[in-house]
Amino acid sequence: MGKLLRDVAIMGIGQTRFGEMWDLSFRILGIQAGMKAIKDANIESKLIDSLYIGNMSSGLFMDQEHISSMIIEEVGLTGAHVPATRVEAADASGALALRQAIFEIASGQSNVIVVGGAEKMTDVTSDVASDFIMAGADKAWEGLFGASLPSLFALMARKHMHDFGTTREQIASVAVKNHANGARNPFAQFQKEIDLDTVLNAPKIAEPLGVFDCFPVSDGAAALILADIDTAKEYCGEPIRITGSGQGSDTLSITNRSEITMFDSTIKASKQAYDMAGVSPSDIDVAEVHDSYTIAEIIAIEDLGFFPKGEGGRAVFEGETSLEGSIPVNTSGGLKARGHPFGATGIAQINEIVLQLRNKASGRQVKDARIGLAQNMGGTGGTSIVHILEVD
Amino acid sequence: MGRSLNIKAKSVPGPDEDTITISVMAARRALSRVNLSPSSIGAIFVGSESHPYAVKPTATIVAEAIGAAPHLTAADLEFACKAGTAGLQSALGLTEAPDENIPVKCALAIGADTAQGAPGNALEYSASAGGAAFLVGRENVIGEIDHTLSYTTDTPDFWRREGMKYPSHAERFTGKPAYFKHVMECAKRLMENTQTSPSDYDHVIFHQPNGKFPLAVAKRLGFNKEQVQTGLMTPIIGNTYSASMMIGLAAVFDIARPGDNILAVSYGSGAGSDAFKITVTDVIESYEKGRAPLVRDIVNEGSFIDYSTYLKFREKIKMEGE
Repeated sequence: MGKLLRDVAIMGIGQTRFGEMWDLSFRILGIQAGMKAIKDANIESKLIDSLYIGNMSSGLFMDQEHISSMIIEEVGLTGAHVPATRVEAADASGALALRQAIFEIASGQSNVIVVGGAEKMTDVTSDVASDFIMAGADKAWEGLFGASLPSLFALMARKHMHDFGTTREQIASVAVKNHANGARNPFAQFQKEIDLDTVLNAPKIAEPLGVFDCFPVSDGAAALILADIDTAKEYCGEPIRITGSGQGSDTLSITNRSEITMFDSTIKASKQAYDMAGVSPSDIDVAEVHDSYTIAEIIAIEDLGFFPKGEGGRAVFEGETSLEGSIPVNTSGGLKARGHPFGATGIAQINEIVLQLRNKASGRQVKDARIGLAQNMGGTGGTSIVHILEVD
Repeated sequence: MGRSLNIKAKSVPGPDEDTITISVMAARRALSRVNLSPSSIGAIFVGSESHPYAVKPTATIVAEAIGAAPHLTAADLEFACKAGTAGLQSALGLTEAPDENIPVKCALAIGADTAQGAPGNALEYSASAGGAAFLVGRENVIGEIDHTLSYTTDTPDFWRREGMKYPSHAERFTGKPAYFKHVMECAKRLMENTQTSPSDYDHVIFHQPNGKFPLAVAKRLGFNKEQVQTGLMTPIIGNTYSASMMIGLAAVFDIARPGDNILAVSYGSGAGSDAFKITVTDVIESYEKGRAPLVRDIVNEGSFIDYSTYLKFREKIKMEGE
């Protein structure tokens, strides 16, 4: 542990709109996000030394593996035989891809890397998608006994309500806030505000969670250009430094955890990231967290140290994480409203923080944001990754 | 489910009913209202996705049953839920052609289905049975078809392959890029071509896979509920597939007055839409519609059956000796 061998920064970002992108193939989504990022970074593609792509389940959703080679071919980098690597950790694949790219640059092996994340999830029917999504948790010890991903998060919600007095309204207020933010994000799947009653009265998926407490099934891609700080400064007027990166693991099945109202993997990853960056939770100006389910955001903001254990629900309900609050969370709309194409989410989170730190988040800009954090999680927390970004 | 689809009841074919018997019944009722010899019918088209035979036409059986054979042409059509209106367009083409080329003065276009939905699938809730027949000719017409056009793409939203018992569908994909895109584009283009706007129409009928889609499409195009109401049958009879828009149109003719303007748009998965602009003529005043039951009278005659009877009627459970 400790500092990176050399500083790493983000030069450019790009992403597609998330949603039911029926007219766009996986290849097209990937290219669109990648080309936007290259253009934003103001570099020529010949500078690219390496490519990473986060993707959970192209084999299941598209019957296609080896997408690293596919993407390299589509973006036209096969001439230089640029190495390409696919990284997988369920819906934390995007952030994990970024973390590997950071290490490759810090080690001096590469100077400029394209890091992408993409998933095409709407080409299968919803029951098939639900089954594939469950592959991010334990299929043998949870799935085969009838548990679905929302039902596992519903258990966490019940326990959180029982232990800390968190109310159904507090949990629902996460969705209300994130939809309000998504309404200001032109790349979000849902750009529509909703009220508390809509969330509370929606059809139940796994009680107490209703349909508005759950992420939507999405297609989409996001990409960024990562470089060592010297190269970044040469080409880019406003590089955003990555000052902290942490990763933690936990049991695949929640049945083997002593506690389900916290994600130990997130606690571990965030401690590592805070230490590396030399900052504390109170220094964070804006955060993107993994709200695959509303309860997950409440647990995450407690695990990250923004609020004491058991206070997350109250904090969201009272507006402390809204755009005007003390620590705005999921300004992009989060997984709930921005959409959740599994592999793309981790990169889209980072891109939102970059926009905020560049002061370019227009209608959802957090005032004077200088330090941002992104937390990306796989399944029910088997993997968590936290990054801290700072204005150079 | 009923509330989300806006379907309160659906029609079920009896154990001795299929697309052929439904087509014959609809054709006989249409003929009973006009003074026309069945032998003067020069063409019969039956549109359905539940023709009883894979090879052997429904239309020939209908032709014999109503006494129209043998001096006519007949064919079965398939285009998911719009095969019936494809037949309507074909009938129109034949009867509009000069006599010396194709001597068809009168043609019969039928849309009929006994639609399939697997037990447990959402389709089971909506897929129903029904038929409508329209006589198309040049004389004594009760409605003048002023204009018709179609909008067609290759869009895989709903399908049933050879040998498959039940159809498959692509869930939400059947909405925006399928039903809504085709119905709206077709309706818009017809209104452009005829220089009309929603307010010019007294009645509008859209294909009705459920009770919600036609209301949503009407709202988006700028029609009000009153314009849709008369032809909206799915909430009380379910989705009759090839007959859906045509039964709605028949219900409108049941109450139409001279000069009424009608817009009717069908939709078939796969996918395409046919739109028709129709003006009701003065002949409607002397049209003897009372010689056959009106659409809503037929619906009101119905009785409810329980689910086990439904399963038996639809041959979902195997009985002894089967």
